[in-house]
Amino acid sequence: MAKRIDVSGLSAYYGSFRAIDDISMTVEPRSVTAFIGPSGCGKSTFLRTLNRMHEVTPGGRVEGKVMLDDEDLYGTGVDPVSVRRTIGMVFQRPNPFPTMSIYDNVAAGLRLNGDHKKSELDGIVEKSLRGANLWNEVKDRLNRPGSGLSGGQQQRLCIARAIAVEPQVLLMDEPCSALDPISTLAIEDLIGELTSRFTIVIVTHNMQQAARVSDRTAFFNLAEVGAPGKLVEIDDTERIFSNPSVQATEDYISGRFG
Amino acid sequence: MSQTVMADAAPVDASAPTASLHRPRLPRWAPLGLAAVAAALGTGIGLVAGLDSRIQWGLIAALLYVGLTAVLAGAVEGTRQAKDRLATSFIWVCFLLAVLPLASLIWETVARGVKVLDGYFLTHSMNGVITMEAGGGIYHALIGTLQQVGLATLIAAPVGLLTAIYLVEYGTGRLAKAVTFFVDVMTGIPSIVAGLFILSFWIIILDFGYSGFAGAMSLAILMMPIVVRSTEEMLKLVPNELREASLALGVPKWRTILKVVLPTAIGGITTGIMLAVARIAGESAPILLLVFGSASINGNPFEGAQSSLPYYVYEQWANGNEPSYDRAWAAALVLIAFVMILNLVARGIARWKAPKH
Amino acid sequence: MATDNPPATAEPADPADPLKGATRKGDRIFLGLSRGSGITLLAIMAAIAVFLTWRAALAISADEANFLTAFEWDANATPPRFGIAVLAFGTVVSSLIAMIVAVPVAVGIALFISHYAPRKLATPLGYVIDLLAAVPSIVYGLWGALFLVPHLSGLYEWLDDYLGWSGIFSYEGGAARSLFTAGILLAIMILPIITNVSREVFRQAPTMHEEAALALGATRWEVIRMSVLPFGRSGVISASMLGLGRALGETMAVATVLSPSFLIHASLLQPGGGTFAQNIAAGFKEAGATGRDALIASGLVLFVITLLVNGAARLIIARRKEYSGANA
Repeated sequence: MAKRIDVSGLSAYYGSFRAIDDISMTVEPRSVTAFIGPSGCGKSTFLRTLNRMHEVTPGGRVEGKVMLDDEDLYGTGVDPVSVRRTIGMVFQRPNPFPTMSIYDNVAAGLRLNGDHKKSELDGIVEKSLRGANLWNEVKDRLNRPGSGLSGGQQQRLCIARAIAVEPQVLLMDEPCSALDPISTLAIEDLIGELTSRFTIVIVTHNMQQAARVSDRTAFFNLAEVGAPGKLVEIDDTERIFSNPSVQATEDYISGRFG
Repeated sequence: MSQTVMADAAPVDASAPTASLHRPRLPRWAPLGLAAVAAALGTGIGLVAGLDSRIQWGLIAALLYVGLTAVLAGAVEGTRQAKDRLATSFIWVCFLLAVLPLASLIWETVARGVKVLDGYFLTHSMNGVITMEAGGGIYHALIGTLQQVGLATLIAAPVGLLTAIYLVEYGTGRLAKAVTFFVDVMTGIPSIVAGLFILSFWIIILDFGYSGFAGAMSLAILMMPIVVRSTEEMLKLVPNELREASLALGVPKWRTILKVVLPTAIGGITTGIMLAVARIAGESAPILLLVFGSASINGNPFEGAQSSLPYYVYEQWANGNEPSYDRAWAAALVLIAFVMILNLVARGIARWKAPKH
Repeated sequence: MATDNPPATAEPADPADPLKGATRKGDRIFLGLSRGSGITLLAIMAAIAVFLTWRAALAISADEANFLTAFEWDANATPPRFGIAVLAFGTVVSSLIAMIVAVPVAVGIALFISHYAPRKLATPLGYVIDLLAAVPSIVYGLWGALFLVPHLSGLYEWLDDYLGWSGIFSYEGGAARSLFTAGILLAIMILPIITNVSREVFRQAPTMHEEAALALGATRWEVIRMSVLPFGRSGVISASMLGLGRALGETMAVATVLSPSFLIHASLLQPGGGTFAQNIAAGFKEAGATGRDALIASGLVLFVITLLVNGAARLIIARRKEYSGANA
């Protein structure tokens, strides 16, 4: 189910501006990889290149290779729609479809991929909501609009929506930054549970969070404002936080900049 | 599928619908190629079937294009992609279908309008000109339009501006609600109804004659709600902090409005008024009822019939002969140019005066 | 020290007091002026209703035929006989044709500009549509009469060949000066207006919902269906109503392309019929005293219809606002 991502020599541009430069790394299957780094270092941009969302932004352009097991996401003949279907994404701000009910939100991705029997849909919706630890809170109001939930619940609804289509990889772009501490904790617990099924990549501004949830951590940095972001190092989370091999990582983690 | 099975993963993989990211796709040139094929077929069918109207050729080609794309994409790429292609081609066809008549409108007006448009045309009236013959001009209509629109603006701009100030700066109670509601209602008044009102009130009941001023009053009715709406929008954009800063300095409210709020919003307000002017300058229906039309120059908007550019276009068209049609097109071109210039200048002012953050 | 305090407060107050009086006066005058303007506006609306109703009542009481159902307009005859049935039919039919043609196309162009066209094309296109919305209706009328009408007869024959059996599209030759042509011309005329408003709304559709759909593996059309159209629905409705209001009350563009008659044909392609506004423009110059009042009466009906349409639009929008959680 979960696949390995192998990135080599990847650069991303906004028009002529190079946002990230020559990044290579491997994301292990069924693990949590955290991206940390100061604002503007390109970690979110990099994340969005992993499911071809970057090219949706006007002027967005990518060079390099992203291998999902043995297929290059940017190879010829690859359909970006299938890529995004295979690699799910959760965004910074919870974004359930405002005109859809909770049920329809979770079923949205499935309905795109053809007809499902009602009973089958019911089953998947329940399983996904359970998987996102939301079932008990919403099971009596599945037909109410998703926008009526609290921020933390909305974010878990978005996670349920993403995992309902059984993606290989789950990308999370600062999923807790708009949430209060209790909702954050709930999401972090959920990430721990989801690791057994999915490869997870998470961008976070919160270093404690990276330390708590991730198996591996990648540190991104930029030489100066306006320069492209680069990958400084990627290693086991424990090592990054105790004994990183690059000085800049240690400076960032100990709070000397960023 | 239980969760434990998923954790084991391997057996599920085969059943996953997205085992491959590759998908057969139409080549990138397919839409263009299909468009060419559809255009050729449309022309061919049109010629063979002897359809003499190009409109039909275009419609056939458009339908063929949408149909061909959908069928081909459905066969190669699957239903979802076919729907996507269908939507894309439909939207392109919409765009073309709409652009063609609008482009034709501009093209015809310019191409036919330049025929008689010259200095003479702009500086002479129709006085003594036999409509069957070439000659004459729009000078009287230009004067009429400028005077009527000018008077309408003099009436409508202050009333509209002050009403908007009332709604934004003072209005909270029932009166403000009523005014807001009726401004909405007023926006929807057809121009001919505004004309009928002035007709019944000014000409039938008060027994004044036809005049430019009567037309200007009906134009003012059409203009007021537009000015109120646009000014309101602009005043609402002025941040409250500015008002509070001024009031906190002990400046009275009316001076705050005059010295702080209005200058901040003046660019947008001017734009709104100019767009409203452009809008009423093209109205012909109330002019027909109230100004009556005239072939000669009448420089007094308060006495006697006048003409106006839009009315002139209508009148020349109604004459129904080629020299008159030529004059109608030329006047239409002048009218469009006038309205466009007003629009462009208004937008220029909006951009130039836009509050910088 | 104890005595210091009162003068300290009094000192700035003293010169301020007369000033304050002036201030209040200024404020009162200004408030009076602006409130007066608002009241003027209300008074105008009231006057419109009163005067139109008054003249209309005079006309209707003189009418020897049924004002609502008669198929004739002899308001200048003695006794005057006139009815609005044909006008109401023509107004509604031509506006409906305009809406059926214009709304889908306008939504298509709006989507084209907001989501399909390359950015370099989209911005200038937006401007052009903006400017087209400002083209005066008489210019559309002139173009309609001298260009569109001659070019439509081929389409008329075609419709007659394939859809003539339905009765609605039967055509017996002659100039294409029917309600159908009027509807097409109105559609072209209101297209820029509907497009403009819809495009604004589509552009404001939140990116985060579009990205949510994309990330689920939606195609571009599915993104639009899932996130843009639901968001823009009320905007499109209000835009369409705005267009409908324009179409219902349009005078010149209809007057130039329609050969009026006081008959209702089953076929939309048959010349004849009329609309409220067109009839007023066409009949005004020959109208006597009762004739003018009769036209005013028909104008009042038009006024009421446009009021109802605008009111309905506002209701729909207000209701949609409650449901939409776009800002949540």
